[in-house]
Amino acid sequence: MSERTAYSEYHPRWLRRRPSTYWWLERRAYLAFITRELSSIFIAWFVVYLLLLVRAVSQGDASYHQFLVWSRHPVVLVLNVVTLLFVVFHAVTWFNLAPKAMVVHLGRKRLPAALISASNYGAWVVVTAFVLWLML
Amino acid sequence: MAKRSLEPMLWLVFSAGGVASALFVPILVLLFGLAFPLGWLSPPSYEHLHGVLRHPLTRLVLFGVCTLSLFHGAHRFRFTLYDGLQIKHLNELINVFCYGGAIVLSIWAGYLLWRIG
Amino acid sequence: MADKITMQVTRYRPEEESGVTVQEYEVPFTKDWVVLDGLNYIKDRLDGSLSYRWSCRMGVCGSCGMTVNGEPKLTCETFLSEYGAGPVRVEPLRNFPVIRDLVVEIGDFMRKLVAVKPWIIRDQEKPLSEGEYLQTPDELDEYRQYSMCINCMLCYSACPIYGLEPGFIGPAAIALAQRYNLDSRDQGSDERLDVLSEHDGIWGCTFVGECTEVCPKHVDPAGAIQRYKLTAALENLKSFVIPKSAR
Repeated sequence: MSERTAYSEYHPRWLRRRPSTYWWLERRAYLAFITRELSSIFIAWFVVYLLLLVRAVSQGDASYHQFLVWSRHPVVLVLNVVTLLFVVFHAVTWFNLAPKAMVVHLGRKRLPAALISASNYGAWVVVTAFVLWLML
Repeated sequence: MAKRSLEPMLWLVFSAGGVASALFVPILVLLFGLAFPLGWLSPPSYEHLHGVLRHPLTRLVLFGVCTLSLFHGAHRFRFTLYDGLQIKHLNELINVFCYGGAIVLSIWAGYLLWRIG
Repeated sequence: MADKITMQVTRYRPEEESGVTVQEYEVPFTKDWVVLDGLNYIKDRLDGSLSYRWSCRMGVCGSCGMTVNGEPKLTCETFLSEYGAGPVRVEPLRNFPVIRDLVVEIGDFMRKLVAVKPWIIRDQEKPLSEGEYLQTPDELDEYRQYSMCINCMLCYSACPIYGLEPGFIGPAAIALAQRYNLDSRDQGSDERLDVLSEHDGIWGCTFVGECTEVCPKHVDPAGAIQRYKLTAALENLKSFVIPKSAR
């Protein structure tokens, strides 16, 4: 909010209200937004967890089983439950909002937003099925 | 000609990471974070998991998912710190912490996946 | 139904006091009165010193934006009956400096709007003898939604980034830039790219989405911004890969 205006120096002092540090608590939409953004921390945590798993597997059978035991520790379990909630929240909000950025034209007609979202969810189902098949 | 800002590139990586993490991470959390530890499903045997992980395609895809997800998280967290805590004056520190962290962890990911053996 | 409702109106009189006060007024209440009717009643009958902006009183001029019970609203489109028994709290639009009472300083928005060049830019103007520019209905549909903007600035009021980030161009300006970028008659996307793709221009946006929620004209500025981020990022990528001279 710039000071440069065409007013003379005698205009009355404007009231400038700074946003509060807790602006994100003031509306439900802001809180939902911040929650979505905080999913970033849990994504980072899970990548670290995956890498620890990879390291355990590369160190041999015993190491892998040690990792499995550690993954049963209540703190780790709780962390991963929370992670799952945040990560699913991220995925759902991401797929729902994807059509806003990705506008696809077929010839001269725009593809409906619902179709773009649906294809994203479809891809999600395919990837999930593939990983399940790979692991089970 | 747009001024040479890094922001457009960072956003592109953030977006790719958003897609990668949204597609792959939920099922991985469900399996490796809950289902296997809690015994809802029996965890893969060491031989099976080792075999899957060693495959070059798995290593490549996993590396891609990890790095993209890390940069996605870093970018998002950086803006959360800027806006949520209004500490933008610390932006150099925040950038080093977020992107630097993502770079370091990506290098670790690369190293681990390279040396599965 | 009661025939009176209380309005709690923010007053700021810089020549008398340095902060805000809230003044209560009782105004008549009928089911067809809007908040603006209440304010006009106050000004006409109760307190002539109240200052506020309004014009068309039908939701097309964008003058009467204010914060009503915490939400950015056009006061000419917001019925008093929405607030039940009341009280109805009227404050100036958030994220803007307040000049007096409910009047805010909108110079920042005006400068940003001009900066995105919201007009048709042509390399070569068509001479009159060649007639009009022709546009199909599909081409019109590409940008029609963004042309509905009435510059009411409710989106700026709802956007937390605009409040925190002085350089952020803001929802309406970006939506209006898109209105011209997507217009088949326009050839100015490159010029606008320079302004928008600066560090803070559009990249401060974290897709909170509140701008779209409060827009009275359903312009969907959030969608315009995300779409433009993709365009700008791809343009940026192209500029690295393909040298300017070859494009």
